[in-house]
Amino acid sequence: MSALLQVDKLGKRFGGFVALEAIDLDVAPGERVGLIGPNGSGKSTLVNCITGALRNESGSVHFDGKRLDGLPTHSRTRLGLARSFQLPKPFRSMTVAENLHVPALYTVNARHGQHLSHAQIDVRVEEVLTQVGLHEKADRRPRDLTQIEMRKLELARAMTAAPKLLIADEAMAGLSHSEIDDILALLVKLNEQGVTVILIEHIMRAVMSFSQRLVVLVAGRKIADGAPEDVVRNPEVVKAYIGE
Amino acid sequence: MRYLPTRYFCLIAVLVTLALAFASRLVTNDYFFFAGYVVLQYVVMATAWNILGGYTGYVNFGTAGFFAIGAYSAVVLHKLIDPPLMVSIVVGGAMAGLVGLGMGYLTLRLRGVFFAIATLALAIVLQTLITNWDFVGGSRGVYIIRPETDPFGHPYIQYLFLLMLALSTVAVCIARAIEHSKLGYGLATIRDDELAAEAAGVPTLKLKVIATVLSGALMGMAGAPLPYYVTYLDPASGFNLAFAINSIAMPLIGGTSSWLGPVIGALLLATIQQVATVTISSALNLLLVGVILVVFVVAAPNGIVGLFERGVRARRRPAAKKEAA
Amino acid sequence: MLSLLVNAVVSGLLLGGFYAAVSVGVAISFGMLDIANLAHPAFIILGAFIAYILNTDFGIDPVLAGVLALPFFYLLGTAIYQVYYYSFERRGEEALRGLAFFFGILFITEVALILIFGVDYRFVTAPYIGPSIYIGDAELPLRMLVPFMVSLVMVGLLQLFLSKTFIGRAILAVSQDDLALKLMAIRPQRIKSIAFAISIATAALAGSCLIIIQPVEPSIGRDYIGRVFAIVVLGGMGSFPGMLTAAMLIGVMESLTATFYGPSWSPAVAFGFLLLTLAFRPAGLMGR
Repeated sequence: MSALLQVDKLGKRFGGFVALEAIDLDVAPGERVGLIGPNGSGKSTLVNCITGALRNESGSVHFDGKRLDGLPTHSRTRLGLARSFQLPKPFRSMTVAENLHVPALYTVNARHGQHLSHAQIDVRVEEVLTQVGLHEKADRRPRDLTQIEMRKLELARAMTAAPKLLIADEAMAGLSHSEIDDILALLVKLNEQGVTVILIEHIMRAVMSFSQRLVVLVAGRKIADGAPEDVVRNPEVVKAYIGE
Repeated sequence: MRYLPTRYFCLIAVLVTLALAFASRLVTNDYFFFAGYVVLQYVVMATAWNILGGYTGYVNFGTAGFFAIGAYSAVVLHKLIDPPLMVSIVVGGAMAGLVGLGMGYLTLRLRGVFFAIATLALAIVLQTLITNWDFVGGSRGVYIIRPETDPFGHPYIQYLFLLMLALSTVAVCIARAIEHSKLGYGLATIRDDELAAEAAGVPTLKLKVIATVLSGALMGMAGAPLPYYVTYLDPASGFNLAFAINSIAMPLIGGTSSWLGPVIGALLLATIQQVATVTISSALNLLLVGVILVVFVVAAPNGIVGLFERGVRARRRPAAKKEAA
Repeated sequence: MLSLLVNAVVSGLLLGGFYAAVSVGVAISFGMLDIANLAHPAFIILGAFIAYILNTDFGIDPVLAGVLALPFFYLLGTAIYQVYYYSFERRGEEALRGLAFFFGILFITEVALILIFGVDYRFVTAPYIGPSIYIGDAELPLRMLVPFMVSLVMVGLLQLFLSKTFIGRAILAVSQDDLALKLMAIRPQRIKSIAFAISIATAALAGSCLIIIQPVEPSIGRDYIGRVFAIVVLGGMGSFPGMLTAAMLIGVMESLTATFYGPSWSPAVAFGFLLLTLAFRPAGLMGR
């Protein structure tokens, strides 16, 4: 089975600073991949390069067989590559429901052979809201939401785009134990429905329980890539997190 | 405004316009038409600015430039083939739209700040070009003879007034149509968070360019009749300071979130200015506009419409509290 | 012909040095603090008029007048930053309102000056306005040489300040990393306020340089908006050496254009440059 996402020797610099160096990453369809690394190791930069928010200088990204170079972010989303943001970025002037209308209108409806009518979009939005537990707040504005609700909205917006691959960027930071379980359950359910998930997180228990495969990034380089139990015992990984 | 389907809104707008048009037949004082033309012109300018500014979040400081493109297109056409004014309006709009398209592609990939600065640059470059272009009179200006009567035998100024009235209606209807459309959603996401918009599948560059072209074209159309209104046009008046500040002040003071704000802002400010120019100097007049703009931007960011909405919400809250109790 | 060219380049370089003084304020406020202070040219014109008053009514040398005005402009900058911070930066408002705010200030300043001084050109008198020195074929008018030197001194001192003093380095730090500064227990807001105040203070001296070079009337501020931002963007935003290079470049281009095509084309040069830079190389000449 060919990889859904193929990152080859991806490199990114900011002036003289090398943020990412020759990153190789393959993600198979249906996989649950965890991506961890200390702060500043380049995880978000990698996500930004994959989704097109940043341009990588070297290497390439292939998604679903297509080469993504030069494609703007919205095209990549339409191909099925969705991401949620580390710091939630809701559309503040719209209601929660309207926030979800956007990907339905602009991603789903932009795909060949797909056209949801207004009624169908309403149904789909309601489905997703119920799935994440934001159904009650459908008519509220983002400013009325709690932290975890904002995170859920972020994920809901990515989910509405009916992605093949979802990159969840630190969706659980700062949440309580039960809130983390909520989000985890959501992501697992998504995966069961066929969505490939890359989970970027610091919270180890979440990453360990969720991932089938664990990738570790340190100072812009990939230093480990394999089964979670093996990776956490890798001496370089231990060194990066705990020190010598 | 609770949600009224766009076609009904436009129908009502057209009916209101027709009513106003017929009512104006009863007015005999020419001054009304001269003043009214200016007020309506600002309704168009403010509404046009707001499509890119309020709806999309990109500030255009070069409104005078787009406006002047319309005015000078009309001058060029007048000198070449002297067509009916309607033709000049369409051509003026098209030229301004084209410039918007070109500039948009060049600068809309950048942050909003750079676009705003680029629009300033554009206005100055255009003014310099026009000042050096002898065919349209250069810095000396050009005289346009205003016809005595319009094609229907009425005084020409009334014709200009009615044209601007029609144009205002068109502008407002376009703005309203955008607001509740897919395009409107897209523009709002760009304003709220452009990165998130892209991630949600919104083709931000394409939509920004569309908004710029629409906005610029409307401004060009508003500018096309100007030579016939003033009969003497020079770069100083074509790129007048007043256009620059007013097109921005009116929507910001009136409220940028819907079609209503620019209309209120334009009607209010333009009328006050028309009245004030009689009593105070035009410089002092503009100074006040600038001061009011700054005050509103700092203290009432949602404009007059926003203040009104806040008042309505405040009055509703006690009732909600009673229900919850 | 050659002498014409040489003179055009020489006066372009002198002009460029002056343009650096005009732009250094925006290099700080926009390049480092990310505050698009469109109103900066208005403060320069204000500085020019203050120099005019001090020179005409009290006989004070314009450069001295500029120096005397420094503390007042510094205070003005602090006040404006307070308003800006409380109204926009703190609320995290869209950039739209901030831009409109500065545009409003630009506008108000220009119109207020028109009301007070009218639209006539004003000029100052000083012993170095008039005579020139000659190096070979090239004429160096003192009225351009003096501002050129004052500008370079001012920019040089600022560069030293930024790289050698604690506050200066804090300013450089805040332009790159807000968080790091907080971790050092320094309130970024305080540093930004100082930096912005400094940027406005530069306008005092730049303004007096301006009125030494040419007579001033309220609306010429508009010509400088494009120049200033073109220079800062071309120069790579926060970089002083980049800004200086860009200023010289634009000064020379303008001078050549004015000499060979006529002065009425000059305003378009800088703005045209800006448009092209934004379109094709927004990171500037010495790109970040």
